[in-house]
Amino acid sequence: MPSAPTPVTDTPGGAAAGGTGARRPVRRFDPLLYGPFIGLLLLLAVGTALNPDFATWDNWMNVLTRTAFIGIIAIGMCFVIISGGIDLSVGSMAALIAGATILMMNALSGLLLSSVAVVALGMLFAVALGGGFGLAHGYLITRGQIEPFIVTLGTLGIFRAVLTWLADGGAITLDMTLSDVYGPVYYGSLLGIPIPVWIFALAALAGGLLLNRTAFGRYVQAIGSNEQVARFAAVDVDRVKLLTYGLLGVCVGVATVLYVPRLGSASPTTGLLWELEAIAAVIVGGTSFKGGAGRIAGTVVGAILLSVISNILNLTSVISVYLNAAVQGCVIIAVAFLQRRRP
Amino acid sequence: MSAFAKLTRRAVLGGGLAAATALGLGGSALAADAVKLGVSIPAATHGFTGGIVWWANEAKKELEKAHPNLKITVKTASGAPEQANQLQDLVTVTKIDSLVIFPFESAALTQPVAQAKKKGVYVTVVDRGLTDPSAQDAYIAGDNTAFGRIPAEHIAKTFNGKANVVALRGMPTTLDNERWDAFTAVMKQHPDIKILDAKYANWNRDDAFKVTQDFLTRFKDIDVVWAADDDMAFGVLKAIEQAKRTDIKEVFGGAGSKTMVKTILDGSNPLIRADVSYSPKFIYDAIKMTAEARLKGQALPATHIIPSALITKENAKEFYFPDSPY
Repeated sequence: MPSAPTPVTDTPGGAAAGGTGARRPVRRFDPLLYGPFIGLLLLLAVGTALNPDFATWDNWMNVLTRTAFIGIIAIGMCFVIISGGIDLSVGSMAALIAGATILMMNALSGLLLSSVAVVALGMLFAVALGGGFGLAHGYLITRGQIEPFIVTLGTLGIFRAVLTWLADGGAITLDMTLSDVYGPVYYGSLLGIPIPVWIFALAALAGGLLLNRTAFGRYVQAIGSNEQVARFAAVDVDRVKLLTYGLLGVCVGVATVLYVPRLGSASPTTGLLWELEAIAAVIVGGTSFKGGAGRIAGTVVGAILLSVISNILNLTSVISVYLNAAVQGCVIIAVAFLQRRRP
Repeated sequence: MSAFAKLTRRAVLGGGLAAATALGLGGSALAADAVKLGVSIPAATHGFTGGIVWWANEAKKELEKAHPNLKITVKTASGAPEQANQLQDLVTVTKIDSLVIFPFESAALTQPVAQAKKKGVYVTVVDRGLTDPSAQDAYIAGDNTAFGRIPAEHIAKTFNGKANVVALRGMPTTLDNERWDAFTAVMKQHPDIKILDAKYANWNRDDAFKVTQDFLTRFKDIDVVWAADDDMAFGVLKAIEQAKRTDIKEVFGGAGSKTMVKTILDGSNPLIRADVSYSPKFIYDAIKMTAEARLKGQALPATHIIPSALITKENAKEFYFPDSPY
């Protein structure tokens, strides 16, 4: 906790509250900015060299589509981490939202409603539920004054346990007719690009604008740099924090909307460890774990990088399957090294 | 949730009845015949363990109804340390005299189980054997070798000993290794069956989907996918459907889940022709065998392997339990 009051001029990163036009550092080759991109390019080269099928449009679309869930969640997570917080519950939250949404849609389809209307309501419900969960986190953290780590560790258990209970330990499966109507949201494409990739791109764009071009974005960075100073600068810290968790909840809701049509089911293994993947994507993408500064573009690249690693491992058998996790670990550390901060 | 409430109420009533009976008969010769059975199993974290919990509660319901002097306590744990703690509670607080345990890990639970046995508890170990077999009185398990051997034999027979196979594996565990070794041992006798590759998909639908997508990108001609688990087979089918691939002729799951058996029964998916049974029902059998033997004061055979069988359209009806969650 950066609670010691430091003078405003000492705020690291220079992202002090309310500054107009962002000051940019002198343009030089800065590995801090390009680390994740270089890492991704190297991986793409390695992948292509190992298996020519890697460099095909279909494979790239597969990888981008499956990255969409983690990627969208990571964009929300980026805001939370920049503000100096953390959310460990996103995987469980996604699983519970998926389960609750499927149950609700199945129940509604018995009523006199068209399948399209039921699916539309289900999607709205998922996003609203996510936003609600996020705000509840924010409320407990700001008003309840509980550490975000503890609040979300608690809900991590609660969300998954409730889902397991709802599913009776098995799987909750979407009604077949609804599944057919909902399917295109994951499997369909527009101009040759799958729908989830479009949503991912839009979310990234919106996230980037929100972080870098709005007062809210600057407040988030200011709070992460130094909460005390932000408070002195008349930033409504509690409200901004509440909103960052709400925003992350909405991102989880959107990711779930895309996830449900893929398998049409939710089970206690749904979204397992997504929280760690999302956090890793944010940090690999060059956001400081201590908060204060971060980038959406880096986060997006970080998320893609993580799924490209497992894609390459699946497309080759150079390395023993027992060592897959080790390769992933090495790449994460290497990329983090490429963009390490110098004192 | 009314069914749930009913179940709980019934369990409470049953428990109360058993306690009342025990009290009423307290001091008489019959009291010695009362059996307090503890059941310690993993919590429902995926389809299979969900089935374990359901079948354990099913056994409790039926047996307590049939035998008023039997009291069964079911405890679920989400990890080996928690299971060890629960085991202590069962012995010291609930004062069980018999135990049916499905250990999380063989090594970690061997000592705690040995302690319980030392205090005079009759121990039946299910599925995963302890590292020191003297800590158990009886061992009941499914047949993991058959789990790998049966699909391999089925594939070899169906494709006349010539096919391109890709395989999914569960998690790196001895259980998975046993299955995999049995599978590859059969395939070695058929030189024209090629196992193109095998990757871990963690007994998880989503991971199976991703791994299959990548297999489909990498191999242009696949005849069979050995998904090695019904949950994983579900993800495999979705990935094949998405890629619109027609070269794959069979997807073989494993364990005999409700939906998979129904698919075989109805013949509703041409890719699903057979399955191998490895039902969580073995916990039910284990509890029943232990309880009935203890009520009669008998011992169980030291080892009892519940055979795995090939499920096809002809016999699928025997493996279909519509009420089970798995």
